[in-house]
Order: sequence, then C-alpha cells, then structure tokens
Amino acid sequence: MVDFVTGLRCRECGRSFPAEALHVCDYCFGPLEVAYDYERVAANVTRERIEAGPRTIWRYRDLLPVSDDAPVDLGAGFTPLVRADRLAAELGLGELWIKDDTANPTGSFKDRVVSVALTKARQLGFKVAACASTGNLANSVAAHAARAGMESVVLIPHDLERAKVTMTTIYGGTVIAVEGTYDDVNRLCAELTSERPSWAFVNVNVRTYYAEGSKTLAFEIAEQLGWQAPDHVVVPIGSGSQLTKVAKGFWELGTVGLLDEVPHVRISGAQAEGCSPVATAFAQGTDAIRPVKPKTIAKSLAIGNPADGWYALQAMRESGGSCASVTDDEVVEAIGLLARTEGIFAETAGGVTIAVLAKLVASGAVRPDERVVALVTGHGLKTVEALSDYTGPTATIAPTLTAFDAAFEAHDDLSEETLP
Amino acid sequence: MSLTIRIPTQLRDLTGGAGQVEVEAASVGEALKALDAAHAGVADRLFDDSGGLRRSVNVFLADEDVRFLEGLATPIVAGQTLSIVPAVAGG
Repeated sequence: MVDFVTGLRCRECGRSFPAEALHVCDYCFGPLEVAYDYERVAANVTRERIEAGPRTIWRYRDLLPVSDDAPVDLGAGFTPLVRADRLAAELGLGELWIKDDTANPTGSFKDRVVSVALTKARQLGFKVAACASTGNLANSVAAHAARAGMESVVLIPHDLERAKVTMTTIYGGTVIAVEGTYDDVNRLCAELTSERPSWAFVNVNVRTYYAEGSKTLAFEIAEQLGWQAPDHVVVPIGSGSQLTKVAKGFWELGTVGLLDEVPHVRISGAQAEGCSPVATAFAQGTDAIRPVKPKTIAKSLAIGNPADGWYALQAMRESGGSCASVTDDEVVEAIGLLARTEGIFAETAGGVTIAVLAKLVASGAVRPDERVVALVTGHGLKTVEALSDYTGPTATIAPTLTAFDAAFEAHDDLSEETLP
Repeated sequence: MSLTIRIPTQLRDLTGGAGQVEVEAASVGEALKALDAAHAGVADRLFDDSGGLRRSVNVFLADEDVRFLEGLATPIVAGQTLSIVPAVAGG
C-alpha cells in the first residue's frame, strides 16, 4: 500500500523532516504536522472509493498518514451520527446532530488516534506502545497493543475513575499510576521519551501521526450528512488537538475534492470551568494561554497546560466559532439531559460539550438556523463516580405486588394518571 | 549555586550527546544562559525574538513548570534539577 505523505513540517518555523518517529522540530521545538501530496490524493480518492471501504476510520486511508493492508484495528470509527430532535427542541435549535463516539471499541474517540498511531509505530519497528493518559487513551492503547501483540506501558494520574483503571489493566500491559496531575504525567512521559527512544509514546514521539486520526471525525460527519459540511461543530478541548484536527479534516475534504469547495464550518470549543485555560484566553482575546492546575470532574479534559491550545484558539477564531466553559454541576445536568432526550450516555467530557452547547445557544453564538454537530467523545460508564450523588433506583421494595403499587403510586412520574 | 539541567533529545546535538549538564546559576534564566555559554546555540533554540521562552518550550524546576513560579527570574536552590521539555506532548 502507498500513502501520500511527503514528510513532516514544523508548524512554527517551517523546517521539513522525514516521516519518522519525530514529534517536535529539532530546531525550535515546534510541533510537526504531516504533509501530504494533496494533488496525488485528489487524483486517487473518490466518494465511491471511500463508500466501498471498511466501516471504520480506514475507509479514509488515503487521508491518513500511514497505509497498511492490515492496520492495528479494533474497528474504530464510523460511529453513529444521530439526529437529535428532542435535545434540539430543549435547547432551541433547529437541526442538531450528535456524533456518538461512545460507540467506539473502547468507548471513546481515542480509538481513532490510537489505531493510526500503533499502525505507524509498528511500521516504524516499535515493539512497545506507551502513553500519558487521562484514562480514555490508556484504555485504547492497552487494548490496541494487545490486539497488535505489542507490549504496552501506560502512565496515568493516580486518582482516575475506577472504570478507566480497571479497563486499562485487564489487557495485560504495564500500568503505572503517578502521584500527580495529568500534566505531571505528561512531563514525565516527555522526559521518558528521551530516555526510552525504543518506545512509541503515542501522544509524544508518535503524536504527529496519532493526532491525524481525529480528522476522521470531520470526514465521517460530512459523509454521514450526505457529503455536506455542517455549519457549526462543538468540540471538547483537552489538549486542543482534536479540535485542531477536526478543522483540518473539513479543510482537506474541500482541498482534495470530496466536497465541492473548502467548507466554512464554525468550530467552537468546550471546557470545564475547573480547567479552562483555552476558554479563558479566548474570552480575554489573547494568544497567551496561562497553564492552570485542574480541578474538575471532567478528568479526561483536565489538561492544565494544553499542548495544542494555541492552535485550537486560532482554529476557533479563524472559523468564527466561540468557546466557553461550564461548571461541574452544569456538566452533570447536561449528561442527564442528553441521556433523557436522546438515549445517549456520555462521560463527563460529553456533558461538558452539551452544557457548553446550551450556553452558546443561549448567548447567540450558536444560532437556531445552523446545522449543528456536537461531539460526544466518550462513554458514560467510564465516569459513573461523577453521578453517584445524583442517581439511584426510584424505589427499593420487597418482592410483593403491594409494595410495588405503593412505590409506584408514591412516585409522581410513575403515577397512573401520567402513564398512557 | 550548582544545578543539574536535563537535556531533551532535541538539544543533545549541542551537548555532545549528554543528557545532563551541570551549571552554576542563581536563577532559571541564568542557568539557561550558562548552558548556552557552555554549549553555544542553545539560547537560539529556546528563546524567541523577544527574549522569552518559545511557547513550544516548557521548563520545569524541581518538576514544577516555571510559569507557575517566577518564570526565568525564579531563584534556584542548590541541588535542584531543571528540565527542558518540548511542550508538544499529551492529550
């Protein structure tokens, strides 16, 4: 298989590098971006070719940075794009869609980026897959490494949700809990990358390739809308990488002719108030993102020093999008709202997205006449702790008809008058 | 004050491959200047035109981001370790 990668290019100083395990510019430490020969992509790729491909991210292989007939694949991608009329009515929107990435193999969008990263890592000869993770990435790296027969070494903050820790350990890799925040874990991994060059840290030395996997969100949204771009997309911000790549994905669709022209998609970002360095910079109109010490239930977004924050800011501003943050209470409320109206159970990051969407509708930044897509990037079962104070059975009863009738009538919502 | 600076892969071409360098300095800024004096070219890579750290460079003193401290003016305590780490990782 051929790919259409011409090399890597520094986003800061423009220096070029070969397509190897490099993530930052040797000269200025700027992030590297995969460069493609878009003319050759355009000459090869067609809607029909994509539609005939697998129902995974690999149907877009021509726009991914690695080509392999047998990628490291658990079936990531091509998740449902759900028309959300009941939620739209609650929020006062005309046309709303949920990109339901809870349906990925390990329950989050991270399967997209890991499938790409490990396929490339294996091609580059790596035998060990490693990462710094807030949990979702840990799940996905451990699972995909198991699938590929690679060793895995996953580093996580010590205070992650139990489900994320359990799910990571079951795949049999090494799991190291670090007494610190995600930013501490990340710094440790960035240093480890220099000391353990034979390990593929998916979000450090293989990050350039890894990040490209998030473009498939834009590709799928457009394809599932009948090869049309939406007007507005709301994306959660942790490191800012996903938002940046969603913007790139829509741009590429126009550039290679899969859409008639480069679409104008407004891209808005969502953060939790307890970790909102990007939303703060957006609100202040500055380029300088001041790192913070995170304190939020949205742990998968709890990155106080977001690596791609600056690029996410540019993408939001250039597209005419917005950015906002919400409290933990609003996050919990939004998780319930999405579940009640659409039957989708999102993790806390999804609650952040929906709560910010509601806020942006109220402020007028998201308009009722827009076709809006909200990204729900992880499954609610991963973060049940966040809801433990708010949920429980309606009633607990003895196994008798009398007890049932008493409990049923005592509960307003279930009284016979309100049931058909 | 004697201080150990941990050198990332990207700068080891300037340090003859060394992953750690010892310098004498009283502040973070002085330490990085001392590193540049010993291994010419380092400053060019770490600082932007205005003399501040490039946004793609993180510097940690005793594992704390110096931006949470006093930046380049942060004073050094003897025996501490300074780490230079590319910012672009994670998430």
